[in-house]
Amino acid sequence: MSPLLAQVEIRERDDTCVADNGFCPDWIADNFDRYVDPFFQHVLLTVVAMGIGFAISFTLALVAYRRRWLINPVTQVTGVLYTIPSIAAFFLLLPITGRGFLTATIALVSYVLLIIFRNVLTGLDNVPADIKDAGRGMGLTDRQLLWRVEVPLALPEIMAGLRIAATTTVGLATLAFFAGAGGLGEQIFADITFKSNVVVAGVLAVLLAAALDGLILLAQRAVTPWTRAVSAA
Amino acid sequence: MNSSDSAHTTGPSPLSDAATLEFRSVMKRYPGQREPAVENLSFTVPAGEICVLVGPSGCGKTTAMRMVNRMIDITEGDILLDGRSVKERRPAELRREIGYAIQQIGLFPHLTVSDNIATVPRLLGWDRQRIRARVDELLELVSLDPHETRERYPAQLSGGQRQRVGVARALAVDPPLMLMDEPFGAIDPINRERLQNEFLRLQREIRKTVVFVTHDIDEAIKMGDRIAILRKGGKLAQYAPPAELLMYPANPFVEDFVGADRALKRLALQRVRDVDLWKAPLVRVGEPVAEARAKLGDAEVPYPLLVDDQGKPLGWLSERALAGERVEAELRSNPKPVLDIDDVLRDALADLLSEEAQYGPVVDHRGAVTGVLSIEILSHALRTDPEEVPSGADAL
Repeated sequence: MSPLLAQVEIRERDDTCVADNGFCPDWIADNFDRYVDPFFQHVLLTVVAMGIGFAISFTLALVAYRRRWLINPVTQVTGVLYTIPSIAAFFLLLPITGRGFLTATIALVSYVLLIIFRNVLTGLDNVPADIKDAGRGMGLTDRQLLWRVEVPLALPEIMAGLRIAATTTVGLATLAFFAGAGGLGEQIFADITFKSNVVVAGVLAVLLAAALDGLILLAQRAVTPWTRAVSAA
Repeated sequence: MNSSDSAHTTGPSPLSDAATLEFRSVMKRYPGQREPAVENLSFTVPAGEICVLVGPSGCGKTTAMRMVNRMIDITEGDILLDGRSVKERRPAELRREIGYAIQQIGLFPHLTVSDNIATVPRLLGWDRQRIRARVDELLELVSLDPHETRERYPAQLSGGQRQRVGVARALAVDPPLMLMDEPFGAIDPINRERLQNEFLRLQREIRKTVVFVTHDIDEAIKMGDRIAILRKGGKLAQYAPPAELLMYPANPFVEDFVGADRALKRLALQRVRDVDLWKAPLVRVGEPVAEARAKLGDAEVPYPLLVDDQGKPLGWLSERALAGERVEAELRSNPKPVLDIDDVLRDALADLLSEEAQYGPVVDHRGAVTGVLSIEILSHALRTDPEEVPSGADAL
């Protein structure tokens, strides 16, 4: 084991189940407290990274939508950020931003930029030309057309991008402890050989991903009621 | 229709009823193209008339229309709306005063019918109640049930309903000018015919100035008070009311474009009630024969027409029916074809030809005979002065 992982002895050897490295509900019940803080760190990391990532990439997409020449450079830069392995990103950032929440957030943000940027842009591009023409012909300004027609119609794609980004970020945030930002990953790697531990921390991460996914899906249904209104006529 | 009455009384109408539209030597050349898309186009559409721009594809008709609301910039020349150049206006503001309906309709799929129609009223800052009242009024105007359709999304409507909502949306702020680009182009023939008639009926009430683009000469003849035929390069080949266009095509291009059957097309512009019918010698069973013979004396047809108590045609009588004192029910032939007074002459002619008849009784909407139409009358109608032939909404 790498010394970096700072193995902590969390098993109490007198318990037979624990000694056999089984799946131990009693142990989990007794030790659940350990997971609460890391869980909320994990939520915070994910939500903050998603929020910042969305703000940046949504803005970039709106700008590039009108100034098409920006699409390629933005795609390339965010593409490079997307391909840098997150662990590498953490280590690259350590000398600059130091250990902690900031470093982890930067790495996570840079990872979601491409996903959200591309989905927003695709959503806007997929708005049918005749709808834009009708809107302009009725006297909507470019800005009104964007906010009243194009963005609402792009919402299904935008939300789909957010869902992918959210589940990906939850997964990547399990590595955030490399940057010293805590999270469920810290618990997993605290004793990666102990089944009960790994299962609890892992299941929490999966539940978080599923919950975020479900929340975004609910939000999407709430803001796109028209997508379910198909030919009742 | 009370809905249209209220359109003028309670209907919030900040704009004038109809505008005069003038094209003044309008030219459009797209960058990088040598040939202009529209060249030296000049014509005037009087307020309240439908002007149809028609021509083969690539003739610049849509370009010409889209320059009116500045969706396309004018390269040279000018377009005046009630004497004022559209180039002086800010495009978005100008467009809000001009109704806009396109073939693909372009309803906003994420907005309900009501919100779609309310688009321009909201841009103009109308209050909620006024918008609500206007939406219901417009839906009734285009023959849709407000309660049923208001809260629907476009995906929940049929093609014809969507088209109606598109027209209602274009009419939302009672604009003095409407631009319609093949508005019924994507509709099946039966529904298209219905929508055309509905629009003409509507136009008879609202009397907007309309620029209507189509590639279909039959639609142009039916819808237009005036038709501008364009040829490739956006050159005006002829600008005239439909009847004049059909009777006196200005050049071989127009003659060719309106088709070899232009005489028949002219018959489609007039209805049975527009021509002077022959008097029908109507007789009933039991009537004195002397009276019946007297009626026959003034009539252009050789046989008396037997009708029932309601005046509905039963058939042409034979000589034997008039042999006694009183008229008897001795028919020589059935009354076919029975022609409707609201039929267009072309359809009436077709009916006569298919029954191999020289003439047929004409009935009103109650089915009672009002006269007789003959091939002779039809051939006379072909020589009618174009000035006397109604067009557009008046022909309906």
